[in-house]
Amino acid sequence: MSRRNFIRNSGLVAAASAVSFPMLNIRSAGAAETVKVGILHSLTGTIAIAEKSVVDAEMLAIEEINKAGGVMGMRIEPVIEDGASDWPTFAEKARKLLERDKVAAVMGCYTSASRKAVLPVFEKLKGLLYYPTYYEGLEQSPNIMYTAQEATQSVIAAMEWLAKNKGKSFYMIGSDYIWPRTTIKIAKATLARLGGKLVGEGYYPLGHIEFSSEINKIKAAKPDVILNCVVGGSNVAFFKQLAAAGITGKSQTILSLAVSEEEVSGIGADNTVGTLTCMGYFESLKNPANDRFVKAFKAKYGANRVTGDTLACGYTSVYLWKLAAEKAKSFDVAKVVAASSGLEFDGPEGKVKFHTANHHLWKHARIGMFKPDGQVDMIHESPLIEPNPFPKL
Amino acid sequence: MTVDMFAMQAFTGLSIFTILMLMALGLAIVFGLMGVINMAHGELMAMGAYTSYGTALFFQKFMPSLMDAYVFVGIVLAFIVTSVFGFLLERGLIRFLYRRPLDTLLATWGLSLILQQVFRQFIDAKEVEVPTVSWLKGAWQVTEGIALPLSRLFIIVLAIVTAAVVYMILFRTRAGLRIRAVTQNRVMAGAAGIDTARVDALSFAFGCGLAGIAGSSFTMLASTGPTTGQQYIVDTFIVVVFGGVESLLGTISSAFLIGQMQSWFEFGLGGSMARASILALVIAVLYFRPNGLFAAKVRR
Amino acid sequence: MQTHIESSSPARAAVANVGRSRGFLERWSFAILAVLLLAALPLSLDVFRLGLAAKFLSLGFCAVGIVLIWGYGGILSLGQGVFFGLGSYMMAMFLKLESTGADSSAQALSSFFGSSLPDFMVWNSIEALPWWWEPFHHVWFTLPAIVLLPALLAFVLAYANFRKRVGGVYFSIITLALSAILSIVIIGQQGVTGGVNGINDFRTFLGVNLDEDRVKIAMYFVTCVLLLACVAVGRFLLRSRLGKVLVAIRDREDRVRFSGYDPALFKAFVFAVAAIFSSIGGALFTMQVGLASPSLVGIVPSVEMVIYAAVGGRLSLVGAVYGAVLVGAAKTFFSENFVEYWMYFIGVLFVVVVMFLPDGLAGLIARVRARRSKAPTPATAPLATATGVAK
Repeated sequence: MSRRNFIRNSGLVAAASAVSFPMLNIRSAGAAETVKVGILHSLTGTIAIAEKSVVDAEMLAIEEINKAGGVMGMRIEPVIEDGASDWPTFAEKARKLLERDKVAAVMGCYTSASRKAVLPVFEKLKGLLYYPTYYEGLEQSPNIMYTAQEATQSVIAAMEWLAKNKGKSFYMIGSDYIWPRTTIKIAKATLARLGGKLVGEGYYPLGHIEFSSEINKIKAAKPDVILNCVVGGSNVAFFKQLAAAGITGKSQTILSLAVSEEEVSGIGADNTVGTLTCMGYFESLKNPANDRFVKAFKAKYGANRVTGDTLACGYTSVYLWKLAAEKAKSFDVAKVVAASSGLEFDGPEGKVKFHTANHHLWKHARIGMFKPDGQVDMIHESPLIEPNPFPKL
Repeated sequence: MTVDMFAMQAFTGLSIFTILMLMALGLAIVFGLMGVINMAHGELMAMGAYTSYGTALFFQKFMPSLMDAYVFVGIVLAFIVTSVFGFLLERGLIRFLYRRPLDTLLATWGLSLILQQVFRQFIDAKEVEVPTVSWLKGAWQVTEGIALPLSRLFIIVLAIVTAAVVYMILFRTRAGLRIRAVTQNRVMAGAAGIDTARVDALSFAFGCGLAGIAGSSFTMLASTGPTTGQQYIVDTFIVVVFGGVESLLGTISSAFLIGQMQSWFEFGLGGSMARASILALVIAVLYFRPNGLFAAKVRR
Repeated sequence: MQTHIESSSPARAAVANVGRSRGFLERWSFAILAVLLLAALPLSLDVFRLGLAAKFLSLGFCAVGIVLIWGYGGILSLGQGVFFGLGSYMMAMFLKLESTGADSSAQALSSFFGSSLPDFMVWNSIEALPWWWEPFHHVWFTLPAIVLLPALLAFVLAYANFRKRVGGVYFSIITLALSAILSIVIIGQQGVTGGVNGINDFRTFLGVNLDEDRVKIAMYFVTCVLLLACVAVGRFLLRSRLGKVLVAIRDREDRVRFSGYDPALFKAFVFAVAAIFSSIGGALFTMQVGLASPSLVGIVPSVEMVIYAAVGGRLSLVGAVYGAVLVGAAKTFFSENFVEYWMYFIGVLFVVVVMFLPDGLAGLIARVRARRSKAPTPATAPLATATGVAK
């Protein structure tokens, strides 16, 4: 990580005028031909658990690009900021990245709340944010590129597949905030369309660690499928307690929408074996880009590290920005956004393509089953699904 | 509601009770008896959990045949590590703050931030997996509809044993007598020849060690990560305060009540509403019983 | 290490200190603060940093309130975030209603859903604006409500509890539970509160664009003036007879009661004043940062606010402002320059301040001056009696 020099920075900015122009135009001449890219994730606080490894993946992509000659001959200089799992801090740091560092683009945010907090900042200062986390949709900002799946690209496909293959009575459980609530809302609408039945649903505060009452209810309801939208550390408690109560992937269909290989390394593979997950990317995918990505990741960060959906999306984001900037021959945000329309890239998850209008990616929904080693066996792959952040329910 | 369901819910309530009790015992000594508001108590539990994690790694690597026994070694080591840490903490920091109890809150808050970052940086920013030993996996199928998870049964036994040991030490040994003497009247105890500073250090270390035991055993049910401590700290304080500071029996009774409430409220209201209503009830009860539900009658 | 002796004589000294002016710094501390805030900072910082300073200052409102209730009233509140949050949310509700339908992304949403409610209500399928949102269409309701509602809540809650003689650490835990409840309710009722995302994405206040630089500068000065006003109100209260009764209650509540006062009334009144300060700070925070978030309501921010007051010096109203700005600035500085390690700095800062500077910066200054003049140091504060548990 580059250590930034506070005094030099403040000197620079003091020299510049008070009114800022956030766009970084290509600097003419000078030996250090660099372009700054911001990385804005939580390195501390409760969400750091999920976000820290996304930073690793993004740094990997930046390093690779720099080794291969940079973007239009310019080296990428990453500027890392800590959002500290606190939404106002995200807004503060976004402003700092755009106004002080004048970054050409920012890779960042994990929770919707943090994205919502920085959105006005990016729109006002005409910045560009690549958002690499699967989310609930219902948003389309001209200054944000959404590089992970929105809700319809996972939950609808998952529900259709489950209803066809596993049964039609569902129990839905989630953490209590917008992503699980919206996702379950879409799931319920889809379920009604498919003629299925909801036998129960429950929401628990983020970080909740006691699920035995809910598990008792699940046992009584005897659903065909448990749809799990629990997020973060609570998943560890949920799966351990399910397993302790005798509900495992062997006897019960459990599909999680927020559990990737990454989370499994904390939950314990023996607690998740046989359960299902629906993501856009699995480490076990077989394609040359993914082989390269996984190999490079493990070489850089250790053989015991695993990748996962958000990591792949973070990695892809950096490349998508590079391609768009090269296509536009500029780092100007408006031009990069325009060049992104319809842009294709062969990433770790296979071919992805930006929608021509709505800033989201066309994606595969992939359903897989967790193996005893924590990796995923893919059992279903949808065709590329058109992103639709504002679905009609 | 069927009989089976009722039995399962009752068991859930019992299980939450023992978990809360195990969490709160350490704090009941540190906060209840000594008056130290230790906001890093949750991080001490996390430290216990990480000790268990380290023990598991060690066994996996060097004595895989004895893996089944690691859970006991883990608990004992967790007690030792956290109580040594607690001892040093008392000598290095807490003892300067006995006359300013609310200042301990601020200092230990700072300490908890430091510990979290240490876990994050030197162990893992993500949760680590602490394996559950094979003989504690699964459930004991009592009847067809009643299955009692073995890990919860284990924690119930552990909590009862721990509570009994704490009780014995406090009320049946000379060391316990000294602890109680010092907390009741420091000056008199000192005059009677008790080395109060030593008693302070040892009782603080003992309380911290109990946190280690709790943290170590909770690895069977919940996650082990840098912010694990934060998940426990609020509940722990509420149990101790609700029961009445200075009353060990009060702590146990309040753990029982809150455990039952949590079990039934979650069943009836769902997770988020249950939590908010329990907190509201605690406030209401404290309004009518200002010194906690089971406070000893003290003239003020 | 400085020791504190539990006796009432330093308490009297503390009371006297409030009333009688001492050295140069004490006498002019308010003026120095005013000059710093109104002239020195605006002249030396650019708009971005000035905006940050304004954000810290709006947290300083809570710290000033905490000095009043904790330093002088002996009540440690771990729930100032509740009042901060109330102010913040009320302002956000007003701003949200004003901007709904006004900007482009809101229009895109409302044309899509065929509804002109705030965006988060729309996607939570709320059909009509809840009744308690309605009054927040009007600025003449919102602004008084920001002052009055938290005050009312604080007074009722505190008076009820203090009359029952709930005190010390129990009251602290009650306030702690209160902040936990409010954040859980806000997150749980996301259809009408915005949930964990909070309320955000508003840009104008009475038609003025909050994102413009000159508006930001103006907001900074508004914040400073209001904050200085709060400090002045606090000073006035402490110098009045009420302040003397308050300190007496802190040190010997039973004696005050025997003298015929109703301590609960005094304590509840000061608690309500602190709640008003926090609420004003919350409202200003929302206007500056552009969002209201449950992350500012919960336990963590509430404890942090106490720490601002502790760093500044729990007996110094002016110190509280410095505490808030310094801790905020330290957080920003360390996290910008030492991304991996900044948490250590903050943690160590708290420990060091408590261990070695029990009266914060104000105490440090007093000690330095006392040493220089070789005068016998007036003991700074009877903290043990002020703090509750040990009796």
